[in-house]
Amino acid sequence: MSEQELLQWVRGPAFEAASVIFVIGVLVRLLQTVLLGRSKDLSEARGSEVIGGLRTIFTRSVKHNFQLSTFNLYTMVAGYIFHIGFFVVLLLYAPHILVIDQVMGVSWPSLPTTVVDAVTVVTIVSLLAILVHRLKHPVLRFLSRFQDYFVWVVTILPLITGYLAFHRIGASPPTLIAIHILSVELLMVVFPFTKLIHAFTLFMARYYNGAFAGRRGVES
Amino acid sequence: MANDQSIGEALRARGISRRGFLKFCAATASMMALPPSMVPGIARALEQARRPSVIWLSFQECTGCTESLTRSHSPTVEGLIFDTISLDYHHTLQAASGSAAEAARVTAMKENWGKYLLVVDGSVPVGNPGFSTIAGVSNMDMLLETAAGAAAIISVGSCAAFGGIPYAKPNPTGALPVSAFLSEYGKRIPNTFGADESGQTDPVDVTGKTVINVSGCPPIPVVITGVLAHFLTFDKLPELDDLGRPLAFYGKSIHDRCYRRPFYDKGLFANSFDDEGAKKGWCLYKLGCKGPTTYNACATTKWNGGTSFPIQSGHPCLGCSQPDFWDGGGFYNSLSTPTEKIARAAVFAAGAAAAVGVALGAANRAKQAHAAKQHEKVTINDLDKGT
Repeated sequence: MSEQELLQWVRGPAFEAASVIFVIGVLVRLLQTVLLGRSKDLSEARGSEVIGGLRTIFTRSVKHNFQLSTFNLYTMVAGYIFHIGFFVVLLLYAPHILVIDQVMGVSWPSLPTTVVDAVTVVTIVSLLAILVHRLKHPVLRFLSRFQDYFVWVVTILPLITGYLAFHRIGASPPTLIAIHILSVELLMVVFPFTKLIHAFTLFMARYYNGAFAGRRGVES
Repeated sequence: MANDQSIGEALRARGISRRGFLKFCAATASMMALPPSMVPGIARALEQARRPSVIWLSFQECTGCTESLTRSHSPTVEGLIFDTISLDYHHTLQAASGSAAEAARVTAMKENWGKYLLVVDGSVPVGNPGFSTIAGVSNMDMLLETAAGAAAIISVGSCAAFGGIPYAKPNPTGALPVSAFLSEYGKRIPNTFGADESGQTDPVDVTGKTVINVSGCPPIPVVITGVLAHFLTFDKLPELDDLGRPLAFYGKSIHDRCYRRPFYDKGLFANSFDDEGAKKGWCLYKLGCKGPTTYNACATTKWNGGTSFPIQSGHPCLGCSQPDFWDGGGFYNSLSTPTEKIARAAVFAAGAAAAVGVALGAANRAKQAHAAKQHEKVTINDLDKGT
């Protein structure tokens, strides 16, 4: 298989298969969760479920019972840098917007490539810091399972391969692009079936907790 | 012009001044990224070089490479330098025809065995030798017998270098690039023309022979003459990249040398060929420009005597100097975008997912209901029973 054939396969059938698995996986998991339902609460409501739910979505995105400790600070700073960095690279790099435009027909302005390049490096460094933290902290290490390390690898791969493809380091450009797209496809396939699904379930979970507390008229 | 005339003599006979000649040498040196101190050396070597015999074979090609080369001729010195090699065989440019033309090739090979330069444009069809023949000789046979005695082989154009259009899917003629063809078929070539006085005619193995790829559809004329000048000056091949192309010309990508690069870096793109961005000369990446993945000298040497190059005239780079550029999924699609209709597949997937999700949800609910039904209340009496 020539590098061009590899790239064609990666851009074509492989991307299609990964997209189908991603969509089916995410939807099935979300539907399963939602359709499970909740048993009827017979108690008298002391507050609004909706307001409580929405409030918790917001408050937990900002702060929640935040107690300043080295552990919390490290998790919060590295976590925020990684997540924001990841979304900046994913959504504000011109070639990525081009892919989104072609698949969904929507587009928006991009950031200068030098900025995206710098953000990529910062994001990779923050992910490395997160791994070091996980390995060094005795409790975190004790709690970590194979999946925790696996999703870390699957998440950092597109960033590293993308950086190499942008700077054309190590192989010919079509091969580098093919490897980069493959790493993204791996992420898409793994996504619904691992804890990465939190990107979708996160707000559902927060709403659930908030609504539960809201009905009882307590803070969450 | 006699074959034993040196290039210096030939140039003087054509009225080229010493200054003009040195200017050419300086330009060649800078193109090949050589230090200025090399200029006198190049001049000396070129002046004294005997005009080497060059045999140019054209196989499955469109003559665009020759057209490109002839555009560099009058009145540039590069053209004259090319004129001052002894081009002993070239379908399009030679005056002779028929058996006289073929005789010229045979004579050149016999007289210069082991010393002539072989230039090839076009790919070689191996699906059937009859697909492309010259004077009744198949391209396969002609290339093998000519390659056997060549001092160096230069594949001019993307067809000879990487297969080009004939090699594009579905490759109906079984076309092969020159390098791939020689390494597959060049093991034991009968030495028909290189017999020495002792009559020694051992078969020749050309599988390990370096082929210089001067790719492009067509290649830049000055790159072809530059490679020839390098060979004449140093009597060895220039430094090549991993695709066999001279690094001096193919060492940098179009993207890295593009004058529109600042627009790419700023995120300013033309979205169609006639929008505001296109009129302002912004980056053509979104229109499918292959500049980031293409290595060639277009952005620096340009075309038509340094007038312009495709991106400058408002068209994205097609990536014509890269292997398999015809099979890259469309000239106007970026190399990083999907080739299938992903949205359609996703909608079907969502439909399937909804059905599966609802079915699984119903099954879960049933399980839940069943569990609830099976649930028996435990009273204090039940607990007592155990004791």
